[in-house]
Amino acid sequence: MDGLMQFIFSGLTVGAVYALVALGFTIIYNASDVVNFSQGEFVMLGGMITVFTFEAGLPLPLAAVVAIAVTAGVGVALNKLAIEPARGAPVVSLIIITIGASILIRGASQLIFDKQLHRFPAFSGDEPLQVLGATILPQSLWVIGGALLVFVALWLFFTKTLTGKAVLATANNRLAAQLVGINTNYVMTLSFALSAAIGALAGVLVTPITLVGYDVGVGLALKGFAAAMLGGMGNPKGALVGGLLLGLCEALTAGFLSSQYKEAVAFVIILAVLFVMPQGLFGRKSTERV
Amino acid sequence: MKSFTTTALATLIAVGAVSAAQAEIRIGVSVAATGPAAFLGDPEAKTIEMLVEELNANGGINGEQVELIVYDDGADPNKARTFATRLVEDDEVVAIIGGSTTGTTMSIMDVAQEEGIPFISLAGAIAIIDPVREYVFKTPHTDRMACEKIFTDMQARGISKVGMISGTDGFGASMQAQCKDVAGNFGVEIVADETYGPQDADMTPQLTRIKNTDGVQALLNPGFGQGPAIVTRNVHQLGIEQPLYQSHGVASDGFIKLAGAEAAEGVRLPGTALLIAELLQEGDAQREVVQGYKAAYEAKYGESVSTFGGYAHDAFALMVDAIARAGSDDPAEIRNALEATAGLVGTTGTYTFSAQDHLGLDLSAFRMLEITNGGWSAVE
Repeated sequence: MDGLMQFIFSGLTVGAVYALVALGFTIIYNASDVVNFSQGEFVMLGGMITVFTFEAGLPLPLAAVVAIAVTAGVGVALNKLAIEPARGAPVVSLIIITIGASILIRGASQLIFDKQLHRFPAFSGDEPLQVLGATILPQSLWVIGGALLVFVALWLFFTKTLTGKAVLATANNRLAAQLVGINTNYVMTLSFALSAAIGALAGVLVTPITLVGYDVGVGLALKGFAAAMLGGMGNPKGALVGGLLLGLCEALTAGFLSSQYKEAVAFVIILAVLFVMPQGLFGRKSTERV
Repeated sequence: MKSFTTTALATLIAVGAVSAAQAEIRIGVSVAATGPAAFLGDPEAKTIEMLVEELNANGGINGEQVELIVYDDGADPNKARTFATRLVEDDEVVAIIGGSTTGTTMSIMDVAQEEGIPFISLAGAIAIIDPVREYVFKTPHTDRMACEKIFTDMQARGISKVGMISGTDGFGASMQAQCKDVAGNFGVEIVADETYGPQDADMTPQLTRIKNTDGVQALLNPGFGQGPAIVTRNVHQLGIEQPLYQSHGVASDGFIKLAGAEAAEGVRLPGTALLIAELLQEGDAQREVVQGYKAAYEAKYGESVSTFGGYAHDAFALMVDAIARAGSDDPAEIRNALEATAGLVGTTGTYTFSAQDHLGLDLSAFRMLEITNGGWSAVE
């Protein structure tokens, strides 16, 4: 089992990246049943804006805050300009709108920023930590910690706060939610702002590891989406477990079997899980309302 | 609006007057100035536009001005085919330069060959010039040559067992195959062969496998984009002591920045003279050309030169030289002159074409570079 610890560390690092992206899908999905395919672009924006404001001279923490705030603003704009006017359209149309938005954001950032890859310094340096004969970068711990933090925050939000419950209620039945006094427009705006902010936070945390360019969003969104499906769409616990599981599968396959098959094995496992549990590991059972 | 119309009309008349007064040589260009391959096409288009301006200001070719017609094919082979046809039929060009990617080159190539118009491609694949087509030439070296250059250096260092880790993108996969194909000629054995996806964030599992393979003396990473930077960081993270070789795909200052000077220390890769313009010795054949192009480009556009712009520079220089020697604007005679090119010094290397060789570069076109103290230095 030589190298096992290294494979696990690699899996946890990559898995935490997937989990952070997957967690971003959760809120919008819970508020509207829409899978937001521009989530990857939010991650990209988080990274890119941080890079450019940091290089313009802002201190890193401030640059990160600016990036998260601006991206949340982009999320709100997306809801106000594209999703809200199409209110009443079927969910599939809304999903297609988010795909369109992702293409738009990608094209715009290619013009506003540039087409190069970028990176900013890791928060706690690049010196690897030695643990049990394997190495892990301090930034990986930041990513894992960030994923756990977002998970706990989301879990508290959905179970302990009135606003969180209002979000769930809006998804369940928009009309009924309005009848009991929930401002559903506000809930939708809030959910886009929060999802975009989580995406941007993910971008800030992962950029020192994955690097960022205008086109990294697609790949990240795809893996994050796979992780969210594996764990169960809409459940923060599912996003966390799904992401880590996917990362570990890939790393262990690459380590013990062959790197040629690592994606294939990961996706076969996802297919197998979804075959037995169509809602994913922790997904809510879909019950038809009568 | 009125004044705009007047100005536009005046300009049109002025342009018309100039073209009527002087005979012109028309050269067509189709590159990917925008789209996914814009990092190739953008500096290529800028380079050629700059060179034409310079050339015309200095009196053109044999006293005739050059008119440049540039199309942006956005790396789309269908568009490239349309533009190539338009260049030949409507614009009546005598020569074509372009094809930033192998895909667009393949489209333009067919049109050029069929219509008998000399064409210099700016794309990498060996299939463009092997088998040789009468009217098709190219300036960038092939990935096979990069492999040979790397293995030559390994041989000199007494390295015979290599662990490879390659990207699964087009560039990485093609170079991986070429390297495996030629390794035997240099007494090099590939003892580990790992891959990673172009968007992967961590390659430590693959590198751990290579590290644990018996007898690995060096690592080789054919790839493009963020992958090689992450591999370089991971090699440093795992404390792998064996030398790491990267490909010409990441030969730019951006790579050192992304990988970090500390992790990139000692990494070797084959690159062109353009990358080490300031380091070229007095008396180096390429020194004057390389430094001249770099200074002119950077002064005009305020961005650093790239290898890709250098390919366009060389293609244009080759074409101008051939037209001058042909002494006519007949495409067939330009082609013959092009094939007879001998010892033309470009930024990529020194070109000598023949009926069997439409690339005209040898391994000396590559310089083996090493990253030391966050900068480049020449090995040798």
